[in-house]
Amino acid sequence: MADTLDRSAAPAANLRPFYQRFSAAELKEALRRMYLIRRFEEGAEDAYTRGLIHGTMHLSIGQEASAVGSCMDLRKSDYITSTHRGHGHCIAKGADPKLMFAEFFGKEEGYCRGRGGSMHIADVEGGNLGANGIVAGGIPIAVGAALAIKQQKRDDVALCFFGDGASNEGAFHEALNMAAIWKLPVIFVCENNKYGMSVSTERSMAVAHVADRAASYNMPGQVVDGNRIEDVSEAVMAATARARRGEGPSLIECKTYRIRGHSKSDRNRYRTREEIEEWQARDPIGHFETELVAHGLLRDGEIAAIRAAAEGEIAEAIEFARNGTDPDPREGTRDVYTTLGAA
Amino acid sequence: MNEMVRELTYAQAVQEALAQAMEADERVFLMGEDIGVYGGAFQVTGDLVHRFGEDRVMDTPIAELGAAGVAVGAALAGSRPVFEFQFSDFATLAMEQIVNQAAKIRFMLGGKVSVPLVMRFPAGSGTGAAAQHSQSLEAWLAHVPGLKVVQPATPHDAKGLLLAAIDDPDPVMVFEHKLLYKTKGEVPAEPYRVPIGKAIVRREGNDVTIVATAIMVHRALEAAETLAGEGIAAEVIDLRTLRPLDKGTVIESVKKTSRLVCVYEGVKTLGIGAEISAMIAESEAFDYLDAPIVRLGGVESPIPYNPVLEKAAVPQTPDIIADVRNLVKGRT
Repeated sequence: MADTLDRSAAPAANLRPFYQRFSAAELKEALRRMYLIRRFEEGAEDAYTRGLIHGTMHLSIGQEASAVGSCMDLRKSDYITSTHRGHGHCIAKGADPKLMFAEFFGKEEGYCRGRGGSMHIADVEGGNLGANGIVAGGIPIAVGAALAIKQQKRDDVALCFFGDGASNEGAFHEALNMAAIWKLPVIFVCENNKYGMSVSTERSMAVAHVADRAASYNMPGQVVDGNRIEDVSEAVMAATARARRGEGPSLIECKTYRIRGHSKSDRNRYRTREEIEEWQARDPIGHFETELVAHGLLRDGEIAAIRAAAEGEIAEAIEFARNGTDPDPREGTRDVYTTLGAA
Repeated sequence: MNEMVRELTYAQAVQEALAQAMEADERVFLMGEDIGVYGGAFQVTGDLVHRFGEDRVMDTPIAELGAAGVAVGAALAGSRPVFEFQFSDFATLAMEQIVNQAAKIRFMLGGKVSVPLVMRFPAGSGTGAAAQHSQSLEAWLAHVPGLKVVQPATPHDAKGLLLAAIDDPDPVMVFEHKLLYKTKGEVPAEPYRVPIGKAIVRREGNDVTIVATAIMVHRALEAAETLAGEGIAAEVIDLRTLRPLDKGTVIESVKKTSRLVCVYEGVKTLGIGAEISAMIAESEAFDYLDAPIVRLGGVESPIPYNPVLEKAAVPQTPDIIADVRNLVKGRT
């Protein structure tokens, strides 16, 4: 899309890096992806409530800025690793909602041919090495992907999403230490949504910020407002540039909030309605819209059009998924192995 | 001396496989604790760091879980890691990455990726290292679909199975018995592969089948030699691979001998012997059995420190002789 809007509302020299780095078309695409994530999550919740999807799911409504802001500056050949709350990361890295919903519905057309479901969506061709059902499971894997990048003399990076809860796992500390001693091109992006399931960070961490833990591994640690996409993106841009220069890993902590419960079993007994409402008022999508309008990059009428397009895309994706093919139980053990040797 | 009858120790054979794999494929690299200038706790990597450099013979921090995960991630992103656990017992620290990640990623992702990862596990008792450095956990890992598990018993197979494991697109767990590292055997100099999933008959006989793994293969062969002097012809099968299991070789042997003894070092209950016994009971060989199946496994305790107790905790050659003798005594 051509950048047709007049940017004179804010002279280029005074613009913060986020607005210098990305064109109006790229910024609108970022907003579109945030909507797409929101509608995807709402569509998934609705499909679950209507009994169309079984199992459970972890929704990231309220965390769209950290997902999209982290991936805006990544190339297709860069890797991400994701978490159990990973739908947003997947869409932010460029996945097709049709194939994601097909996976939710357990269909052959899904990203994982219906074998993985919500917690294992991956898009390896698009650089997404996968969501992960184990808290902190993806962190060492991201470090390993970065090691492979370095061995293969590529200038790609691995961006590792994880939550505040994962930063209490041993795997987090072991992986950050190795990334640091080997100066690997990794960006650790912590989405601190205040709770590891029901236990608050105040009750589970001795330090105030996950970013404080970077000091132990001699890497930069930065706290950003995770609901402001421009703050997230600028921090990731700096970390990515550092990683591509071969200067090693960084840790970025995005302070954010999940509006929905941990999973479908959550009865919200550990937090107050006031707290949820306070964070709803800091909606990352509303904030970004206001920013774009203030910068003269988006007209009011365009907002409705982007929203409608996202809604249409999600409706179409759900329809595609509902009409998908169920796997054949006779193929139940297919893909356990690539080859099964002599026996 | 003719190169074709060259002898190497088991540890040298493993090292030669590692070196030849790294020479042939620049994606192959080694990771582990003290595998660099130290040469590995059992001197398996030896001088490889001087030949291939620290980037390909990587010392890791003492962080088994994280380092195992790094190996998984590197495998996903196009490298070919060969990971050494210092002792197989330390796999307990890394089970998350082995069992939840390496074994399942291909399946969970609908077959879109492979995890070409090799892990080596110095295993077993007999070194006086007590309960946390002497276990035989191969059956644990063999219980996990997605992993392949091999247990080479000879220097020849140590090299050939390791090269096959490094070629393999899936995660392969290689259990190396520590008492075998210094044993010698014929090892061809050129690279070769021993197929994963194929057992081998080490000694032929008609009276009883002894299925053994790792060091128990050697004890079974010793027992068979003694028993031959008593007129009992034992057939000894070296299982070599636990997963995928070579059922056919065992079934054919039992159909011939009508008697089965399973000998393995892991704890007897719910171990390899249980699987082999049940597999035979479910097969056409069941009708050929003339006697109950016998399992000889490790005792139901941690491995003790005291040398007499340690020796008594796992099957020894006289135990095998006695059990086979009892089993065959009643033959018609």
